[in-house]
Amino acid sequence: MTLHLSFALWIPLVFGAAGLLLPARLAPKLAIAGTLLVLGYAIAFVADFDSTNGGLQNVTDETWIGELGIHYKLALDGLNLFLILLTAILWAACTLWATFWTSEQASASPRLFYFHLALAQTCVLGALMAQDLALFVVFFDLMLVPFFFLTGIWGGAKRVQATMKLVIYTLVGSLLMLTAAVATGVLAAEGAPKLSFAFADLAERTLGSSTQNWLFLGFAAAFLVKMPAFPFHGWVPDAYRAMPLPVLALFSGVLSKVAAYGFLRVCLPLFPDASSHFQTLMLLIALASILYGSAMAFTTTNARLILAYSSIAQLGFIVLGIFALNTQGAQGAILQAFNHGLVVAPAFFVVALLAARAGGSEDIRDMGGIATRAPVLATLFLIITFATLAMPGSSNFVGEFLILMGVFETKMAIAIVASSGVVLAAVYALRLFIRTMHNRTGPRVEPREMTVRDGLVLVPLVLAILAIALYPQFALQRSEPTVDATVPSAFEDAAASGEASP
Amino acid sequence: MISAAKAAAPDIDFAGLSPLIAVFGGALIALMLGLLRSRAIRETVVPALSIVSLVIAIAASVWQWGERSDLIAGALRLDELTLILTILFCVAGIASIVLSWRHVAPREAAHGEYHALLLTSIAGMIVLVSAQNLVSVFLGLELLSIPLYVLCATEMRRASSLESGLKYLVVGSVGSATLLYGLAFLYGATGSTDFGAMAAALEAGDLASDPLLLTGIALTIAGLGFKASVAPFHQWTPDVYEGAPTPITAFMAVATKAAAFGVVLRLFDVALIDVSLDWGPPLAALAAFTIIVGNVGALGQSSLKRLLAYSSVAQAGYMLAGVVVATRLGLQATVFYLAVYLVMNLAAFAVIVARERETPLGDDIASLHGLGATRPLLAWPMTIAMLALAGFPATAGFIGKFYLIDAAVQPESDYTWLAVFIVVGSMISLAYYLKVVAAIWMTPAADSTPDELAAGSPGPEPLLAGGSDEATGMRAQGEVVAVAVLFGALTVVLGIVPTPLFRVVRDAGAALGLF
Repeated sequence: MTLHLSFALWIPLVFGAAGLLLPARLAPKLAIAGTLLVLGYAIAFVADFDSTNGGLQNVTDETWIGELGIHYKLALDGLNLFLILLTAILWAACTLWATFWTSEQASASPRLFYFHLALAQTCVLGALMAQDLALFVVFFDLMLVPFFFLTGIWGGAKRVQATMKLVIYTLVGSLLMLTAAVATGVLAAEGAPKLSFAFADLAERTLGSSTQNWLFLGFAAAFLVKMPAFPFHGWVPDAYRAMPLPVLALFSGVLSKVAAYGFLRVCLPLFPDASSHFQTLMLLIALASILYGSAMAFTTTNARLILAYSSIAQLGFIVLGIFALNTQGAQGAILQAFNHGLVVAPAFFVVALLAARAGGSEDIRDMGGIATRAPVLATLFLIITFATLAMPGSSNFVGEFLILMGVFETKMAIAIVASSGVVLAAVYALRLFIRTMHNRTGPRVEPREMTVRDGLVLVPLVLAILAIALYPQFALQRSEPTVDATVPSAFEDAAASGEASP
Repeated sequence: MISAAKAAAPDIDFAGLSPLIAVFGGALIALMLGLLRSRAIRETVVPALSIVSLVIAIAASVWQWGERSDLIAGALRLDELTLILTILFCVAGIASIVLSWRHVAPREAAHGEYHALLLTSIAGMIVLVSAQNLVSVFLGLELLSIPLYVLCATEMRRASSLESGLKYLVVGSVGSATLLYGLAFLYGATGSTDFGAMAAALEAGDLASDPLLLTGIALTIAGLGFKASVAPFHQWTPDVYEGAPTPITAFMAVATKAAAFGVVLRLFDVALIDVSLDWGPPLAALAAFTIIVGNVGALGQSSLKRLLAYSSVAQAGYMLAGVVVATRLGLQATVFYLAVYLVMNLAAFAVIVARERETPLGDDIASLHGLGATRPLLAWPMTIAMLALAGFPATAGFIGKFYLIDAAVQPESDYTWLAVFIVVGSMISLAYYLKVVAAIWMTPAADSTPDELAAGSPGPEPLLAGGSDEATGMRAQGEVVAVAVLFGALTVVLGIVPTPLFRVVRDAGAALGLF
């Protein structure tokens, strides 16, 4: 049986659109049904995946716009398989979470909310599955639209300014990427029989190294802003403060990974010369993100922002792994992307629970002292915390270890400084745990255990963290052939061409 | 009957002229029927027949598709470029007539005159874009402009409408005079008014640095720049757009723009193609300047019509990039964008018309507050139109911009940097397009309901543009909503299934014989 990616891609949108047209009480049920179906598909994809095959699997290839050489081409490989699974897991969890949230806050127009949530899932899945550069750009840019509405309509204070800032920041990057993408296709087609944006065709048509450089920078702008990396993170504090928490969990858990994935999918294979040319620059940006993110995470007191800055640091690790430009680094980056998504979404959920117990405040100074009254919640949060700080035994440890090993092979000095990031992670993760769970009970804190309903969201996510911690090989085996096939070859090409032109 | 006429006067290709004949015929009938006393005839039959004549013109264009011939002794050219633009004008005309049905402007200006003027203007546009002779260019331009001067002032009891008409008349006449002067110089340099003969003269003689020719080109660019609202000749645009009756603004924004670009394409890419090094760089500089001026100008606007006016200036800059590259791909990208631009803007203007009738706020951005919660059928088209104008994917605007960038970054192109300007302009434009979207979905409606306001002020003063005495707080009539929904849906459909439009545009691109 072949599994068609198109079904998994469009199911959320179809369910969301149906929810928009049917009575409002059906909308949440339809949305959950849609995400569960996608989750089923994603699990089937993983089960069905041939881990010995480094090429594309389950390919769908149709011509979409022949005049512009754009294909509707979707496929699975080792790079996107686990990110698709992550997207499916987190969307199911966060949609379920949102159903509690909307009923509690009696939010306006739930139908529209679930429609945008579903549209966002389709866009993210599309960006991950796309095997055509133009299709990737379409979905990558489009995924901003639902988040614009989700933040602007259902967000907290100052939501409109925050969402404008978010969209303008990220679209500035995206538009540079659009130009670079069109130029990549057009310039690569010179001398080739036909304009084509399919990654497979583009990878065969090598570009001159100076052309590669500016194209690389166009893409890097989009990805670094979206992740976000250190000097491009100006939109983060406002946007993270304003977003509704279930949406924020998705944004932080999945969207940043799509940007990191973009480097692996677009930049390394298509611009190998530029990737090695800018390797040091990218590693330094990653390093700066790690140090800056960690430092901010253990000085700020808003629980959301602690997680926001910790994400910047974690994404720094992922970029570090990608630009080690070797197999270990890339393998570690993919694993770490999956891990971080699994960890940060339940962390946001716990923050929501804690805020509900601290009179609505998300400041860690108002929290604390509920561990004894809520032992289950505290235990689950402890597992999440240990995973965040990359405790040996967790899958995050394996990921960070692989990344650092990859960097040690290429840039020793950077790797040494970067390892301090592991220590810093322990500082901010434990600080968050201690201040919220132990410490003195805050003035308005009402300690109470989480409900079974909350457990429906939290327990499966924690189980997923434990599962991947027990057997990270499961992910590594499946990504290895593709990583072997794409990353080192790109790097060797660059080295070879570097030698050829003294 | 046509065949009989053909037998009597074999020189005139009536089949080729049929779209023009349909539109002129419609204008005459509208003028005559408008004299009748019956209100039903004036208010219903006249617009209906005007629409019928435009539908016939569209049908005739489709019928003539694939024909390429010279009409009226080479004064006009019938080819796919003429025909696709004719179809665009007629679609814009139909939308404008539907939007102005039950509107105040035709009532005040008398229905017969109003519709006859609109149809005459469309006929002028058809003449203009099919012109392949300097004389017919000027004839078409005046035929298109003079009715529009009058139409802008048709809300006779509103000062800003009169002001708009007068301003347009004065500025437009200066533009026409400049153009005429430029055309005279071109004739002086090449010794011919026929486009083909001009191209031959330029190819034969060494005229590239002839001062006569250069002056002629400069003045022609300036004159046509007035019509296409290319900066720095755009200053009239916001004022005129704001003051004119909104259905006329919608028509001007899309159809006049298409007409001006049609003649620019034919004049520069056919007659003057051999001296493209003379006009390419200055036109490219104008395109870049226009993109920046238009987008920056739109930033601070709170009137939706002014905002769209500046946006139309910016979009003219994008389209000019397609002209400048002087390739077949550039031509196709420009025509594609013109079609897409029409669809996006008509959706937006239909929503503005609807809100002008529903609220006393006129075309102020505040009239959109809370629209998402109360009027989804208006909120969605406006949202889609704004996102499409900003170039978001899955809308026609994205494909249009993609195509223009594609044309600009071709390896043989000298104007790759224009692609960067298109992108920078789009970045700036996000700020104001998203402001409109935020007003629709993220700002609650004002406290005062339309009913209270209508009851409170029996005769609301027309302080704001378009906020005329018909703002009675009634729901917009169905036909306005239908136009908005139709063009909003079309924006998305063309963004997902653009291939049919690509085919049509490719035929148009083949017509001019560029490489």
